[in-house]
Formats: sequence, structure tokens, C-alpha cells
Amino acid sequence: MEQNQTTPKRPTPHGPMRGHGPMGGPRGGMPGEKAKDFSGTMKKTLRYMRRSIPAILVAFIFAIGGVVLTLNVPNVLGEATDELILGVTRRSVYDQLTEMQDDMENIGKSIAAIPQEELLPLLADQSATMQTLVDRGYLSAADAESLGSEFLNTPLSAFREMSQSGAMSQSFATIGEFAEALEQASPDAAKMLNQIPEKYREEIFATPLDTRPEVDLAAIGRIILILIVMIGSAAVISYVQGFIMAGVAQKLSYRFRKDIDLKINKLPLSFYDKTTHGEVMSLITNDVDTISTTLNQSLSQILTSVVTLFGALFMMLRISWIMTLAGLVILPLALLLIMLVVKRSQRYFARQQEYLGHVNGHIEEMYAGHTVVQLYNGEEKSLHQFKEYNNELYQSAWRSQFLSGLMQPIMSFIGNLGYVIVCVLGGFLTVNGQITVGNIQAFVQYLRQFNQPITQIASITNTLQSTAAAAERVFGFLEQEEEQETGAASPKHVEGNVCFEHVRFGYTPDKVIIHDFSAGIKAGQRVAIVGPTGAGKTTIVKLLMRFYEINAGKISIDGVDTKEYLRSSLRSEIGMVLQDTWLFSGSIRENIRYGRLDATDEEVYAAAKMACADHFIRTLPGGYDFVINEEAGNISQGQKQLLTIARAILADPALLILDEATSSVDTRTELLIQKAMDRLMQGRTSFIIAHRLSTIRDADLILVLKDGDIIEQGTHQQLLQKDGFYASLYNSQFETSAAEAG
Amino acid sequence: MSILFKYYGRHFGWIVAAFVFLFIQAQCDLALPQYMSDIVTYGIAVSDTGYIIQKGLMMLLVSLTGVAAAVSVGFVASRLGASLARDLRVSVFTKVSAYSNAEFDKFSTSSLITRSTNDITQILVFSVMLIRMIFYAPIMGIGGAIKCLTMSGDMPMMAMAISIALAVLIVLIIFLLLVVQPKFTKIQKMVDDTNLVARESLTGMMVIRAFNTQKHEEDRFEQVNSRLTGTNLFVNRIMVLMMPFMTCIMNGLSLAIVWIAAISAQSVGDVANMMAFMQYSMHIIMSFMVVSMVFILMPRAVVSARRIGEVLDSEVSITDRPDAKDAGRLTGVLEFQDVTFAYPGGGDPALSHISFTAKPGQTVAFIGSTGSGKSTLINLIPRLYDVTEGKITIDGTDIRDFTKASLRRNIGFVPQKNVLFSGTIKSNLKYGRQSAEDESPEAADEAMKKAARIAQAAEFIESKPDGYQSEVAQGGGNVSGGQKQRLAIARALDKKCPIYVFDDSFSALDFKTDAQLRRALKAETADATVLIVAQRVGTIMGADQIIVLDEGKIAGIGTHRELLASCQVYADIAHSQLSEEELA
Repeated sequence: MEQNQTTPKRPTPHGPMRGHGPMGGPRGGMPGEKAKDFSGTMKKTLRYMRRSIPAILVAFIFAIGGVVLTLNVPNVLGEATDELILGVTRRSVYDQLTEMQDDMENIGKSIAAIPQEELLPLLADQSATMQTLVDRGYLSAADAESLGSEFLNTPLSAFREMSQSGAMSQSFATIGEFAEALEQASPDAAKMLNQIPEKYREEIFATPLDTRPEVDLAAIGRIILILIVMIGSAAVISYVQGFIMAGVAQKLSYRFRKDIDLKINKLPLSFYDKTTHGEVMSLITNDVDTISTTLNQSLSQILTSVVTLFGALFMMLRISWIMTLAGLVILPLALLLIMLVVKRSQRYFARQQEYLGHVNGHIEEMYAGHTVVQLYNGEEKSLHQFKEYNNELYQSAWRSQFLSGLMQPIMSFIGNLGYVIVCVLGGFLTVNGQITVGNIQAFVQYLRQFNQPITQIASITNTLQSTAAAAERVFGFLEQEEEQETGAASPKHVEGNVCFEHVRFGYTPDKVIIHDFSAGIKAGQRVAIVGPTGAGKTTIVKLLMRFYEINAGKISIDGVDTKEYLRSSLRSEIGMVLQDTWLFSGSIRENIRYGRLDATDEEVYAAAKMACADHFIRTLPGGYDFVINEEAGNISQGQKQLLTIARAILADPALLILDEATSSVDTRTELLIQKAMDRLMQGRTSFIIAHRLSTIRDADLILVLKDGDIIEQGTHQQLLQKDGFYASLYNSQFETSAAEAG
Repeated sequence: MSILFKYYGRHFGWIVAAFVFLFIQAQCDLALPQYMSDIVTYGIAVSDTGYIIQKGLMMLLVSLTGVAAAVSVGFVASRLGASLARDLRVSVFTKVSAYSNAEFDKFSTSSLITRSTNDITQILVFSVMLIRMIFYAPIMGIGGAIKCLTMSGDMPMMAMAISIALAVLIVLIIFLLLVVQPKFTKIQKMVDDTNLVARESLTGMMVIRAFNTQKHEEDRFEQVNSRLTGTNLFVNRIMVLMMPFMTCIMNGLSLAIVWIAAISAQSVGDVANMMAFMQYSMHIIMSFMVVSMVFILMPRAVVSARRIGEVLDSEVSITDRPDAKDAGRLTGVLEFQDVTFAYPGGGDPALSHISFTAKPGQTVAFIGSTGSGKSTLINLIPRLYDVTEGKITIDGTDIRDFTKASLRRNIGFVPQKNVLFSGTIKSNLKYGRQSAEDESPEAADEAMKKAARIAQAAEFIESKPDGYQSEVAQGGGNVSGGQKQRLAIARALDKKCPIYVFDDSFSALDFKTDAQLRRALKAETADATVLIVAQRVGTIMGADQIIVLDEGKIAGIGTHRELLASCQVYADIAHSQLSEEELA
């Protein structure tokens, strides 16, 4: 099933439409992505779903069974046709013969009526024919005509012999006996009998003459009954197979999604420095879907295709090897043609993708920058560029579209060619008695069944390749190294003395940003972290929370190295209120309770009151049950921050990490936030990423960061006296004001 | 859908050609079973090999004609589809380029992007399929039906058999539409839910780990995941019913045809006709299935077409007046006269009764809390939005009497959200300079470098290996926030305008760079009218005129000192940011 998402972006192709062709999916052997290690990935996939393998095997057996059952259908249907043709032919031969007999009897009677004296000389005359009788008026023109015009030229002598032998009055047991007698006398009858195809002749000749032979409805009915059973059971089998595979595919997608989600929480944060959220999301949305679709459809399709291919070949050979050979001669031609087309179309397809990237990229860029485009009168320039890209896209798009669309007519032509060959050659062979009409009919169907999988080969290999690529990505993610625990201790009662000793850290080993940092913070003190934007102020926080591991040195809380703690128990002692307020979609109540999942409603309300959030929550429709939607766009940034503060209050940690609001909050809410934060910080060791000068000035310790490294530390006064970076940072703000004022 | 008709109308000739080729293709495909029937009746049944060869050659010829027609259809369809997409893209892009911000707000940028890319692709896919399959199917179906009727002379029950098969098929399709289709919508919702929870555990990673709520998140995911799996399984298991069912209908029809022939065939010719009949009936059923596919595919295309139609039909709210004149080079006396502005469909005015004057050489600063209307106010100056009441004049003329382009040439505007375009630093800095009039390239380069120096951008540009030729990625992705801001300022300065507007343009700069930049700016814009929106009181303390906005109204106008004394809102803001001695 197709689940069309627009979310994730992979780094490779441009724009919002990754991978899939712009003309509706990779068709006609379009190049897809390829796995680096195809067989390795396949093995992994098999191992991953080993519990489903019995089910898959059963499905496979059912699939093969279904194919084998249906494989015989054309053949049996051909038998019905043969039976039908036989019956109809037999009946019409009988009808013609009896009619002829009637006519001849009539003529015999007419001749008998001719006076002997006139008849005898005529019989002696070698040149006298039936026509003479008509001419003389002994025979009515209509009677003569009913025997056929050629009959009129039969010499009367021959007719006499026939009449003497009793051919006209004698009764025969079978059509054959009668025909034999008739054949010698009548060239007309001989011709008719000769036209009966060899295969049917024997059986027709054996037909008794006493009753008019009918089409053998009982025989045909039997055949149809057999067919109904075959078709019905094949349908049931194929449904069971589909049912099983749907289960396998869905169970597998479920497990993949679950494992990916579990893995998300187990990977170290540093992993996400190299991998975007979009890439991880794409695993869940696109890759798992690709694998599941392949499992659901393509896998059984591949199997049935292969079985059908060989089965049809076998059945064709059974009917006639000459026809099989003739039917297959065109195959290499077909493959050659397809290869040529695919090769060319791939080139245009690649070009089309490239220009589509340009066009879509341009659209995104210009729309995103629309205000600037307007302000700087860039519309014309942008339109000009767009038209250029768009025309290039058009040129490659229609060619790629046309060429990939060629596959279908070519294949149907090949199919028709085979059809023609089968009809003509089959016609010959039937006339010669080697096969029957029913065989032709069956052969046509087998040839079609044989050709079909061949057309699918290109798309199947592509599907397999892109599936392998998807599986490779998923496994690549699942196999990432997880965060390792380095200790198992849980802090009992945390005072909040934090000590950094010669801490050294870099996000990548080759780029150390914190070189040698030491500081001692006593319980209840406030630490302000300051520095220009992008200086890496959150780094310290991440180290304290052990989101990242330090390269050297030691961070200890109450004298215990944080490495000795279980990560979860360490983190439960530290509360965090970041400016990037993360709330999940759910009610406000649930969001606050996130701080401590077992908190009662009363505790939630109390925390909200402490955080100055109670008032605004109660003004919302539904109050605490107000649902925050996906991007939390229905409450303001400042309100969100109040909620995160409430969440932290509920968690009641010994240590606090706070991120002060900057610009995005209105003044009134900012005052509320300030108040809430002050309450929160009471009696807790706090690390504040500070923007407000008052916070900074009042801090017990200021850490000054630049380019990730802590370059200065001390109190406000100490740092000003030092007259270093902090001093210049602090002074610069008032310098301008002074300059402007003056 | 009307869009499709309109655009196809332009290529009427091609459409006709497509139909002609489709017709030929259908006739050829339909002729083959007839030939086979003839071969059986008049060739095989009477052992006439000459006839067989003759008809065989005819079949070959017909096949060749058929493939030629099919290839031609493919050619026409691809050209039609591609040019439809091309034309639509240009129309949409041109239209959106002419949009003013109000239209962008209405649709949202991401929605406009989707409409210009994915929706057009949807239309393209649908229209190619329309020509290739959906038009073809009825031609084949009707042709097959006609053939069947003419051939079934002795066997009237044949038509009935086919009708019954079709009826069963219709019931099946209706069943699927009614039972499965709504489930698909549900599944889409569940997929979204699953993705939402997964995305949340990515974006909230730090919070989740900080609160140790991994288990909670996993439970949430488990819930949506198993619900999705369950529904998916249900739908898939119904969908796999489709194929066996279809096969049963088709095979069953073949059997019915054989049986009917068995009880009513009179001659070998009738049996041969039966064989052809079986093939025609397949054509009829297949074409019926394709047509019914339209009902499944169409809704998606219709939605896309409607979304594109909305873009194309949307009226552009800000256009040049018919008698608009070129603004030329303005001096820059900007006046707001009792301006009130409400966002289209936004209810309460975002700005009410704003009046003030800004003169060349003056700096006017705007301050106020978020949502107080600062950005809205300055967006009115280059006519990103038009005033609802009152008017804005520059040099005494209503800005709506100028052409938009000439007005904007006079305004150096640095928006809050800085956007760079892919290209080089140089191409970005020169973006504002439309035509370099009679300036020599060297002089233009020199001016650009000067602008970069004032914006404090020269240092980091020149430290790059390629200097001004350094590549800038799409949207300026490879330039840091602070650098982007400085480049945007340089871009505005390079325009050399009588009016400059800075919308919170110094926020990403550290204090030091901020100060240096503003000192250099002061000298450069000595003769210009400068408007600044700021968050930090410290940034604007020295402005000639500070306008304090509160909920869209002017709460106070004056200098820093005056406002401290007279304006409570200003005093609140100032006190929350600075200490007493700093305020002095």
C-alpha cells in the first residue's frame, strides 16, 4: 500500500520528491537506488524475520500450488474446445452425408422412372452425364442442383455402377464406411471428407450412422466441472497465500517500526549530530514501507512468475516443440529491443530527475525568500531562471516519458507477433493432424503467460534492489552502537555540589572545544553561562546530563564521579528547562505530568501554580485538558516555557539547568517566566544560560564561552576587573548607546 | 478539473491526434481475434493452408500498424503531459511570484511549494494515464462489445453472460469503494499519528532522556504502531481478496462462454467465433476495470487540480494602480497618517491610528512586546501589505500612487528572516542592484565591498578561500546566522537608498559586532531615513525618535529620556532589561 508522505528529505535528490519518479514511480526499468551489499543485506533480512520463515514457506508452497493448478487451465479449456469442434464437425459431416444420401435416393428414383429404352443408350454413351438427364427433362434441375454442380458432370456409367453396388440404398454402420463408398462415386463428397482435419477424422469416421450425432454435452460439462474445481481451488489457495503474506509483511513492518523507535532512545546524542531527524523519520515512513510492500506483493510475484515461466514453457513443449521454438525465437529480439530502450530512457530519466531537482529547488528557494524577492524587485530575474530550468525539464521529461512508455507497445507487439506465429504455424500443424484447434487456443494463452514474467523482470530487479537499499539503511540504523552504561550507582540524597576537574571535550575527537575546564560549585549556587550566539553554551549542560561523554577529566556531584551513576538516575536529579521548549501533542495535564509520571492531579495543579501557569491554563478551552497540537502552535512560546517550568517543578530535581528566554516572549510573560524561574531555583544548584544582565550580575559564578571553549570564569566584578572578553562584551552594549546618544 | 480542460484546449490538435491513434490501435488489437477465428473457420476447418498464410500476413500487418499507433499514442501522450506540466508550472510560478504577502499568509509557503511541485506532478501522472489507458479502455471496451454483438448472432446468451460478469464486477468495486476506501483515509491518519510520535521522540530527545520517560514514549509508540498494524492488516487482507476474485470472474466468464457455445453452436465457424469471443470479453472486462480505476485515481488528481486552481484563481491583493507613476529617486520624508491595518480576514486591526513622521538623517526606532505590531508596521512601508485605512506618504505622495518596483528601489529593507539565494556571496550582495546603470563593473564591485565593510561582513568574506566568489547554498544554508544577517545588511546597503528599514536585524550578532556595525552604519546612513525595530532597549537608546507600540497602538513617542518619564510600557521594558545606572 502506498503511504504518501512529504516529510523526510534525504540528502541526495533535491526537493520534496525523493526517489520516486515524477511520472508515478519507477516504471519501465528505471534506475533506482542500489544496496551496497545486496546479499549481505538479504541475509540479514532473512535472519531478522526468521520467525516468519515457516509462514513464508507455507505461502510459497501455496503460491506454487496455485500456479500449478491454474497452469493446466488453458490446456483443459482447449480440450473443451476440441470436444466442441469435434461434435460440431461430426454433426455437420453427418448432416451433409445424409443430405447427400437423400438427394441421391431422389435421383435414383428419378432415374428408375426413366423408360428402359431411353436409359440404356444413355448408359452406354461414354459422354453422357447427369447433365444430359437434366437436359432431356428426366431429372428436375432442382434435384440435380442439390447434389452440387460438379455432380452434374459425373458420367452416367459411374453412377450406374454406384447404383448397382447399392450405395444408395444400402445402410452403413458408420460414417467412415459410408464415406468410403461415397468417396469413389462423388468427387464432391470426397472433397468434403478430405477437408476434415486429420486429428478429428478418425473419430468422426467411427461415428455410427443410425442416429444424428450431437455435441457431447456430457463430456464438455465434465471438463467445465473440472475447470470450475481447478479455478476455484486456485483462487482459494492464492487467497490463503495473500492472507499469510499480508500478515508476515505487516508483522515485519510493525517490528521494524518498533525496533527503530526503541533504538532512537538508545543511541547516544552524538549520533544525531551526523544524522538528521529527517533521515531517521525516512526509515520509518519510506524504508519500512518499501520493505513491507515488497514482501506483500513482489516476493510472491517473483515466485509465481518464475514458476509460471517454467510451467508455461513445459506446457508449450508438451503441445508442440516446433511451435515453442517458433514462439521463442522472437524472445531475444524482444530482450534486445527492451535493453536498447531502457538504456536510452535511463539517460533521459537521470537528466529529468536532475532538472526536476533544479525546478523544485528554485521553487522552494524563491517561495521561501519571497519577501526578499519582492523587496529587491527580483521577480523577473527569478522567472527567467525558472523558465530556463522548466524548459530543460520539459525536453528531458517528455523524452524520458516517451521512451519508458515504449516498453508496453513493444511487449504487446512481441506478444502479438507470437500470436500470429502460433495461429499460422498452428493452423498448418492442425491441418497436418499434429495438433488440434484446442491446442492452438491453449498455446496462445501459454505464450502470453510466458511473456508476462519476462516483462516484469526489469521492474522486479529494480524493486529488489531498492528494497535491499531500504533494508540496508534500516539495519545500518539498528546496528548503530548504543549508549553504554559505565556505572550502576544511584545517588541517594544529592546536595548539589558540582565539581568539574580538567574537563576536556570535543564533539568530534579531532576538534576539541573545551580544553581544560575546572570549577567547583557549591550546593545552591547559581552559575551563569554567557557568550555570543553559537558559542556552544549548551555544551556544559549536555556534559552534565551525560548526553555526551567527556574525553578526559571528571565531573562529580557531591564528590561522586557522574560516570559511576546509571545515566537515568543521574538525570532524574537534574531538571532542565530549555528555551527550545519541547512539548508533545497531548493535553496540558499530560505534558506537565511528564516531569513525574506518577504525579497526582493535585500535584500537577500545584506545580502549574508555582510556575505561574495555572492562570493562563484555566483560561484555555478545556483548561488542563486543552490539547496542544503537533507544532504546539496554539499556545504562545512564553506559555510553553511556563509549562516546561511547571514540568521541571513537578520533577523536583536537586540540580537545575535553565535557559533564559530571549526575544520571542512578550514582556508580560517574560516577567512571569522570571518569577517562575526564581521560585524554581530556590535552594537548588542552578546552571543558567543567561541573556539578562541582572541574572548574570547576580550569579555566583559566570562562565564565559567563546567558540565552545570556556575562556573566562569568575564573578561579575572579578571578570570586569580582569578586563578581558567578558568586559568588552559587557561594555560594548553601552558603548553604542553612548555613541548614538552623543 | 477545469484546469485540465483549459490547458488541454491549447493542444487541441494533439488531442485529436491522440484519439485517432488510439482508435487505430484499438481497431488493430480488436482485429486479431477475428483473424484467428477466420483462420480456424476458413483455413483449418477446410485445410486451406493458402488461406492461413494469407490471413497470417494480414495479422502481421495489423500488428505492425497497431504497434506504430501505440508508439504514436505514447509520443503524443508524453509530449502532451510534459507540456501540460510545463505550462502549469510556469502559470503557477508566475502567479505566485506576483503574490503579495497576504496571499502567502493565506496559503502558507510550504503549501504553495507543494502546490507548485507535488500537485503538478499528480496532474501530470494522471493526465498521461488518462490518455494512455483511460481513454483507450472505453474505445477497446465498446469496440469489443460491438464485435461481440455482431459475432454472437447464433448465440444470444453470450451477451447475457458478459453482462452478468460485469454486474458482479461492479458490485465488487462498489464494495471496495464503500468498505476499503474509508479505511484508507483512516490508515493515512494512523500513519500520521505514528510518524508524529516518532518525530516527537526525535525532537524531544533531550527532554525524554532528562526525565527518563523512554518507557512512556515507547508505550505511546506501541499504541499507535499496533493500531496502524491492525488496520493495515485488515485492509490488506481484503485487498488480497481482489486478485483471486478477479481471476475467478474472468475464468468463470470463459467457462460460461464455452458452455453457451456447446449448447448453441451450429458450425465450426461458431466455435471459432467463441474463441474470439473469449478474448473480446476479456477486453471488455479489462477496460471496465481500467475505467473503474479512474474513480480511485481521480479524487487525488481532482484535489491537486483544485489546489492548483485556488492558486491560479487567487486575486493578488497588492497591484500597481493603473495610473501609478515611477517614484524615481526619493528624498525619504516618510509619513504615516492615521494608519490602521488589519490582516485580511484577521478580525481586529493589528495596527490602529498610527501617525508619525520620519525625516532624512533621522533614526526612528520601534519597540514593544511580541505581537505589538512592530514588524507589521514596517512591512507596510514597501507595500508588503497595504494599509486598511489612512495613508503612508513618502515625499508627500501616497505610496500606492507609485509603481511597486520603483517604490521598493528606494527602500533598503532588511527583514527579520534573512534569506540568501544560492549563488555566490557576490551575486547575493548585488541582488538589490537591479541594473548597474552607467556604473563600471569595477566601481560596482568597489561599492559592494564597501557595503560589506560597513556591515562588518568584509572580514569573514575575505577570509574565505574564494572571497566574494564563495558559493552560497540554497537558502544560505552554509552561512551561519550572524554572517547571514551581516550579508543581508550589506545587500541592503549596496542598494544605496534614501530609506533603510532594519527589522530586528542585529539579534544574531554578538554585542561587539553589533556595536561596530551600528557605528559604521551611522556614518553611512547620515542622510537617509532609518527605521529600526529592536528588542533590546540598549540598542535603541540613542535613536532620535522611539515609538513604543502596545497592542497595535502607539503607547508613546519620544526620546529615551522622555519615554522613561512619560511612558509606563517603555519604562517596564527598560527596567526589565537594564539596571538603574545603565538606564541613566
